[in-house]
Amino acid sequence: MELTKLSSLFEVEDLRTQFFTPTGIVKAVDGISYTVDEGETVAIVGESGCGKSVSALSILGLIPEPAGKIAGGSIRFMGTDLLKLSDEEIRRMRGRQFAMIFQEPMTSLNPVLTIGRQIRETLQTHLGLSREQAMQRAEELLGMVGIADAGGRLKQYPHQLSGGMRQRVMIAMALSCEPELIIADEPTTALDVTIQAQILELMKDLTHRFDVALIIITHNLGVVARYADRVNVMYAGKFVEMGTALQIYHGPKHPYTLGLLRSVPRLDHPRSERLIPIVGQPPDLTRLGNGCTYEPRCSFRVSRCAAEFPPMQNIGDGHFSACWQYKEVDQTTRDRS
Amino acid sequence: MYRYLIKRTFSALVVTWIVATLVFFMLRAVPGDPLAAMLFDVGDPQAAQELSQKYGLDQPVHIQYVKWLGHMLQGDFGSSIYGSRVPVSQIISEALPRTISLALLSFFIAITIAVPAGIFAAIRKNSALDHSMTMLAFLGLSMPDFWLAILLIIVFAAHLHWLPAIGYVPISQGVWPWLKHLILPSIAAGTAFSAIIARMIRSSMLEVIKTDYIQVARSKGLRKKTILLVHALPNALIPVVTVIGIAFALLMATTVVIENVFSIKGIGRVLIQGILNRDYPVVQGAILVVSVIFIFTNLLVDLLYTVIDPRIRYE
Amino acid sequence: MARTSTAQRIEQNADQNSAESTDHRSRWADWWLTVVHDKKAFAGLIVLTILLMTAVLAPLIAPYDPNAMEYDMMEPPSFKHPLGTDDLGRDLLSRIIYGTKISLFIGITTVAISLSIGVVLGVVAGYFGGWLDHIIMRYIDLQWAFPNFIIAVYLVAVFGTGILNLTIAISLAFLDDFARITRGMVLTIKKEQYVSAARAMGASDYRIMRRYILPNATAPIIVQATVSVSYAILAEAALSFLGLGVEATTPTWGLILAEGRSFISRAWWLGVFPGLAIMLTVLSINFLGDALRDFMDVRESRGLI
Repeated sequence: MELTKLSSLFEVEDLRTQFFTPTGIVKAVDGISYTVDEGETVAIVGESGCGKSVSALSILGLIPEPAGKIAGGSIRFMGTDLLKLSDEEIRRMRGRQFAMIFQEPMTSLNPVLTIGRQIRETLQTHLGLSREQAMQRAEELLGMVGIADAGGRLKQYPHQLSGGMRQRVMIAMALSCEPELIIADEPTTALDVTIQAQILELMKDLTHRFDVALIIITHNLGVVARYADRVNVMYAGKFVEMGTALQIYHGPKHPYTLGLLRSVPRLDHPRSERLIPIVGQPPDLTRLGNGCTYEPRCSFRVSRCAAEFPPMQNIGDGHFSACWQYKEVDQTTRDRS
Repeated sequence: MYRYLIKRTFSALVVTWIVATLVFFMLRAVPGDPLAAMLFDVGDPQAAQELSQKYGLDQPVHIQYVKWLGHMLQGDFGSSIYGSRVPVSQIISEALPRTISLALLSFFIAITIAVPAGIFAAIRKNSALDHSMTMLAFLGLSMPDFWLAILLIIVFAAHLHWLPAIGYVPISQGVWPWLKHLILPSIAAGTAFSAIIARMIRSSMLEVIKTDYIQVARSKGLRKKTILLVHALPNALIPVVTVIGIAFALLMATTVVIENVFSIKGIGRVLIQGILNRDYPVVQGAILVVSVIFIFTNLLVDLLYTVIDPRIRYE
Repeated sequence: MARTSTAQRIEQNADQNSAESTDHRSRWADWWLTVVHDKKAFAGLIVLTILLMTAVLAPLIAPYDPNAMEYDMMEPPSFKHPLGTDDLGRDLLSRIIYGTKISLFIGITTVAISLSIGVVLGVVAGYFGGWLDHIIMRYIDLQWAFPNFIIAVYLVAVFGTGILNLTIAISLAFLDDFARITRGMVLTIKKEQYVSAARAMGASDYRIMRRYILPNATAPIIVQATVSVSYAILAEAALSFLGLGVEATTPTWGLILAEGRSFISRAWWLGVFPGLAIMLTVLSINFLGDALRDFMDVRESRGLI
């Protein structure tokens, strides 16, 4: 009998994370809510500085105190609110139930420890494997991520591996304890273009094979289109649009999403066509007003936008938009296609 | 890597030779011709004649130099010009173990205090513990080593009578007597060294804690102790090793002074006494030994570097 | 021959970068503010000022003649003799006050000489390069392998004791730091655009060194100078303590400690106070030097050197 799912694997509700700086409180994450189901791939898209990495660190409990603080909200993982757990309890879940892949493979591995050591640590710590068992599993994992001569590589040090290989090692480390959720923060941004595709394919393949949910954080729309089931568009600490990849791409309903899509050069459009960048600068996160945060740069704005912050509205079929003018945005998209 | 080792060792030997040569020529440049004075001291003309021939004193400088080098390589450093004309090599071989004992014990005590202190100061940055450690470090660096020695003597030897103020007992006569005589000197000699190392470790740890790979280690859910001791500390120690080399030289310099305060007949005391007595063969020998110690400590530190940092090992 | 306007513009730019510009005035003001805010450095500055005044006004401040052996011997600190007397009946406070003068004088003079020679060597080696650089740096590296204090000991062994020899020995021993730092700075500054521009306009080597390179290299040299003064004072104290320093007639702190050394079991004040004077001096210099270094770091990171 099929049980109806009462809750998703992973639910974030109204998460707010802040940093205390000499110039004021930076609201890096200002109330985001989303869910991730088992085995699903959800993308969080946005420019640098919009708060996507901070939201990932918040999930893992890696926000440095006292400089920063999670100011509110809840993060439910398999029913448990992570924000209510003690440090020790979260530590036990890190690497075991959820894991993270970071952006910079060149600096993410410890230069004085062997690859083997760095992979087997989690297995020994969380699963209680012996050194030999852990090494064996590490070798298997390296093979799974496509590294040849896995046994030999285990004894090597990070500086002996290329950037792409190091990222594969990171993936292996993340998968080692077979977590339910992996968060990948810009996993391919620091890699060569040719390697990027390989790594992404690898991640897609492995997450499907192990039924791991994946949150992929990126500013690269191309990545999102191919690999994500659902997409959350983030701007200045808030989500502005949420939906399936298809919905976002073919029918964006927020000016920012539209702006992002239009500013990406496309091979299938004529070269003479001009790129339309988004005007203006990202906002100062210490000085956010009452209205829509995107309003100053928005070409669809009306007076209401500066006065009232638009809430996230369900516009049907699991597609959400936080814009008073979403109908106009939709119209523009239809007109152009 | 082996090519590097050989190159460094060779370079160390060359430097030793250069220093020896400098010592030779500089001591002979001293006004007042101490070697003539040396002969004069001998009194007995026959012995004087023998000495003169042995060291080639009547011959041109460069021949003296060659003769001297020859003697040196055979381990003959000449004899003290005083008293019973004890061979310098004997003086040095008796003195060396004392200096080494003192240096090693100082080093050991200093490191035992400095490393944990530096680590704690780093993980509790800006706390009361951190600030007081920094202040102690400043004090340790600003205090003249011989003054600290005197203070220790006043408190622990003169007033409390817990520990002796002077002398040295070879370890063959018992570990505790040997230790007892070396505790105060080691503390006095090791304090400045300890301060330098502690500060260095603190700043190095602070750098390491900020790195990506430590954040990754945290994200893997490893225990705090593991992250600190297995992931952070080895990386933090790498720059410290360079400092240890320089700081150890300072430690040796301090040892020279401390030996004099505590009347420990090590190389330092031999050297200073030799200078005060104008006992040039002794001075020559002592300077050479001290120099060799420095040169080869530097070499050791360079080699240690290759062992610790895998990036250098597997070039 | 027309000067290129680009070169002219760069030279004007360099003038703004050079320490000889109006920026000079605000630099000292900035530095003053930094010191005032850092409590330790400020305390250090006050102590040093007091010491310097003591040194200059010694004959006026000292209660007794430092060499007069007329008083009760081995007296502990009392109202009459605030720091006690030594075994020859001399007042310790007076001796320490007079010692301030000589110890500070030696400390500053030796560093001044060392700096002059070391900086010249560094600039010449760095600027001209080639075999000159090679020879100079071979020697500097050799000296650098040994602690400065040990070199000073060696030199005293060769020259003999006495205040003049001591000064020469310490000055020479501390050369290596200045030479190395200066050469490093010169090599960095040499690559700057304004130096090439100046050379393109035909400035002589001397002019370039004096007007462009040296002013911009002063920051680390000043920091090194403060460090060296503290080490020089410690070195002089140690050498005098060992009997390798000044003659018995000139009371420096190190010498006073040496004289009192045999009596410390009965007269602790003879061991404590002279050393305390040394420590306070060195500590103050270190605090100041630290603040100075922080200040220079901040300015450097802002591109102002």
